Amino acid sequence: MADAALFEFLHMEMVAELWSHHYDPGPGGQKMSLSVLEGMGFRVGQALGERLPQETLAFREELDVLKFLCKDLWVAVFQKQMDSLRANHQGTYVLQDNSFPLLIRMASGLQYLEEAPKFLAFTCGLLRGTLSTLGIKSLVTASVASLPTCESWGVGDSS
Amino acid sequence: MVHTSLDVVDEKISAMGKALVDQRELYLGLLYPTEDYKVYGYVTNSKVKFVMVVDSSNTALRDNEIRSMFRKLHSSYTDVMCNPFYNPGDRIQSRAFDSMVASLMPQVC
Repeated sequence: MADAALFEFLHMEMVAELWSHHYDPGPGGQKMSLSVLEGMGFRVGQALGERLPQETLAFREELDVLKFLCKDLWVAVFQKQMDSLRANHQGTYVLQDNSFPLLIRMASGLQYLEEAPKFLAFTCGLLRGTLSTLGIKSLVTASVASLPTCESWGVGDSS
Repeated sequence: MVHTSLDVVDEKISAMGKALVDQRELYLGLLYPTEDYKVYGYVTNSKVKFVMVVDSSNTALRDNEIRSMFRKLHSSYTDVMCNPFYNPGDRIQSRAFDSMVASLMPQVC
């Protein structure tokens, strides 16, 4: 249990740190911070994508990789599995977490909805980085309808 | 010769994808023997391919030993990836990795 808290606190500090040095409170500065967070997540995801599947069997197809993300990656980082995975068989996947650990302590409902994207950027990068190591170039975005449920949309291109 | 063996690796990978073989292992086994050398292959989930070329005269080398060498290579490569000073895609310059590879070689030569 203590391990999960370590990452949550570190993540909160990362977000707070990036936002406190905002000399440009307009949308330009915000985008910079979001992309810095996403970049950090990307590099971490790349390394995790190498280390976590080390002992697993070879992934035969894209769906195997997505299942790996929902089960093994999510359990390794957040100690729980993703709640649902939907696919449209054309390269778009929706991963839904009904009690996302990085949002769960904030609120339950619509309070703080505008702040939520800050706390999702790192995780989007994490997913994108892991996918990229496993051979899938993708674009990952996240959306929150009401805390602490969040959905990640991954549009992949494995060519 | 390593390039032709890469073609064989690709063949094996695509064969694995089509045929519903139960064996979904990372280790590909003996790719093909030539007169002087044997070539072994191993592919990771991140599509990184390791190719090992061994002198045929060394007949004492068993399958298990090759497998364990590939496992060590994979694990050192993972360590290199996790190094914050390493950018994925660059040439590997890690001394730890080089010394691990060097330590494998006396077993083979």
